[in-house]
Amino acid sequence: MVEPSSRAHASPSLGAGSFPEAGLIDAYRLMVLARVTDERCLMLQRQGRIGFYAPLMGQEAAQVGASRALAPEDWVFPAYRELAVALARGVSLRAIFDQLLGNSEDAIKGRQMPNHFGFRDINFVVASSPIGTQITQAVGAAMAAQRRHDPIVTIAFFGDGATSSNDFHAGLNFAGVFRTPTIFFCQNNQWAISMPRERQTRSATLAEKGAAYGIPGVVVDGNDVAAVYEAVRDARARAIAGEGPTMIEAEVYRFGPHSTSDDPKRYRSDQEVSVAKERDPIAHLRNQLLAAGKWNEEMERSLWEEVRARVTQTFEAAEKANPLDPKTIFDDVFATVIPRLAEERAEYDALVREGVLKP
Amino acid sequence: MTELNIVQSINRTLRDAMRADPDVLLLGEDIGVNGGVFRATDGLIKEFGAERVIDTPLSETGIIGTAIGMALYGLKPVAEIQFLDFIYPAFDQIVSELAKFRYRSGGQYPAHVVIRSPYGGGIKGGLYHSQSTEAYFCHTAGIKVVVPSTPADARGLLLSAIDDADPVLFLEPKRIYRSLTGEVPEGADRIPFGRARVVREGTDVSVFAYGAMVPPSLEAAESLAKADISSEVVDLRTLVPLDEAAVIESVEKTGRAVIVHEAARFCGFGAELAALLAEKALYSLKAPVSRVTGFDTPFPYALENVYLPNPERIAHAARTAVRAS
Repeated sequence: MVEPSSRAHASPSLGAGSFPEAGLIDAYRLMVLARVTDERCLMLQRQGRIGFYAPLMGQEAAQVGASRALAPEDWVFPAYRELAVALARGVSLRAIFDQLLGNSEDAIKGRQMPNHFGFRDINFVVASSPIGTQITQAVGAAMAAQRRHDPIVTIAFFGDGATSSNDFHAGLNFAGVFRTPTIFFCQNNQWAISMPRERQTRSATLAEKGAAYGIPGVVVDGNDVAAVYEAVRDARARAIAGEGPTMIEAEVYRFGPHSTSDDPKRYRSDQEVSVAKERDPIAHLRNQLLAAGKWNEEMERSLWEEVRARVTQTFEAAEKANPLDPKTIFDDVFATVIPRLAEERAEYDALVREGVLKP
Repeated sequence: MTELNIVQSINRTLRDAMRADPDVLLLGEDIGVNGGVFRATDGLIKEFGAERVIDTPLSETGIIGTAIGMALYGLKPVAEIQFLDFIYPAFDQIVSELAKFRYRSGGQYPAHVVIRSPYGGGIKGGLYHSQSTEAYFCHTAGIKVVVPSTPADARGLLLSAIDDADPVLFLEPKRIYRSLTGEVPEGADRIPFGRARVVREGTDVSVFAYGAMVPPSLEAAESLAKADISSEVVDLRTLVPLDEAAVIESVEKTGRAVIVHEAARFCGFGAELAALLAEKALYSLKAPVSRVTGFDTPFPYALENVYLPNPERIAHAARTAVRAS
């Protein structure tokens, strides 16, 4: 585990300028990986092989574009839909699947539902289910970075629904007052489970909510990876220069359900979804690459084939990992086991020994 | 050793902890320039500056949410919630976030935040400046709950809280902030969590109390002594982790238990103690366990002295237990 103080004086991985040309193909590959993983996971959930899944499809460009504008030293405070951010920061697909399965290899030891992962080694803080709570935390981490004089930013990922939460307002307010190096990255995917964007707020945009807190707000086309990259890059530069936080609203559309637990047909029309899909971020980037002569049909076919095979193999391997040891249930409540928990663990051991419970 | 009251002891302890470790910082409402509404942080901004004694906007979820972020990053924030009654806007951050960070991250992201908050009645504070709602937090896995009752314990326990690797809710008995003084050591001696203190030894009945209920329990013991009833007063000091052994040991000796807290009775911390005695000391009991607590009403303003346990009620419960066998 790297102590934050040792990361002082780190420089961003990318300099100023628009999205690096060479990076576009890499971004495209990542977006396809996220899309294929999403499609597969929805199927795996239906097959009962994973318990739950919250897809990000439609938000790939927003997540990859934002991630590419960040430095490895920056801290990400995700919600539970940030698969492509984790992948872009270098998490292995296997680590994701281990978390979806909650097996013995899972970095968070099976403690949370699928999608609520966290990886300390890439400064990707563990997600939770309550909406918006990571926003004030991102501001606090930025205050700590200020205190340590670390030239980093923190970025909070959240959705349109979160702009109604307590912590959104508290977080932006604190960030404005303390001028923290924080990026508030709202993926406005138009739907908070069944509630459309216009039922969350009368504001014309979500970005303009920053104004009440003295924070500039930017609306960006979240289907355009380069546009998102530039918005986050600029926000990051402002933050590093001591000019404070930025609120970014990336306009996207949630193609899938909120999660495998809901059926979007109950609250929105297929027509609306198909119109939104005409602006699919993956198709958009593919067309750009094709037009620039950097991509062709053969590359396209082999990429999807390769990614699908990789996803299949990786998931099957993860499925073979051992299940969690039941006794780990008592670990990590506190740094050291308090007497009450030691007693409960002994009680559990005795039940196993006596054959009341299976080991 | 210096003679201090509880609020002075807390002030001095915060100062010493901040001098010893640059990662320790304070945040809360009115704690800087104003020195805290009870003056617990008086003068600290002068010594440590506004960067380490942070006056925040009026938002408890903002205070605890940002404190968590600081802790994740490696600092040691000590947050003040002005009155325990005002902690609820931060309840989500404490219960859903702070208490669960270590567990939900598989140990990757411990979040060590100390939350200091004055609690309890007896200051004519009415509904919203008087409550004693420690049980909500004791019920949540992942957070420790500490309640000192003397200036020396306030120091030793607060030093342990700041050192601890886990979140700690440090409840300060505001009713006795200034009414009680005592010798406080000046060094860095910690009082470990999970160790109750037998304040007065006795053989006929055990009285379990914490925080502001320790002084009236001692007063009750004095009056009981005049009637030849020997009571043992045990100050629990930390509710999570609880010194179960001390509770059981005392009841094994006396055979009778009176539990005192100012929180409402139903599902209060006393229920846990009573259950503990039923599970582990039943055969030592010579009389039913009794609880002397606040009533199951909201905290009243004009009638707060009717609500709060006093030496008379405590002594009566003890006498009843002794007469029962």
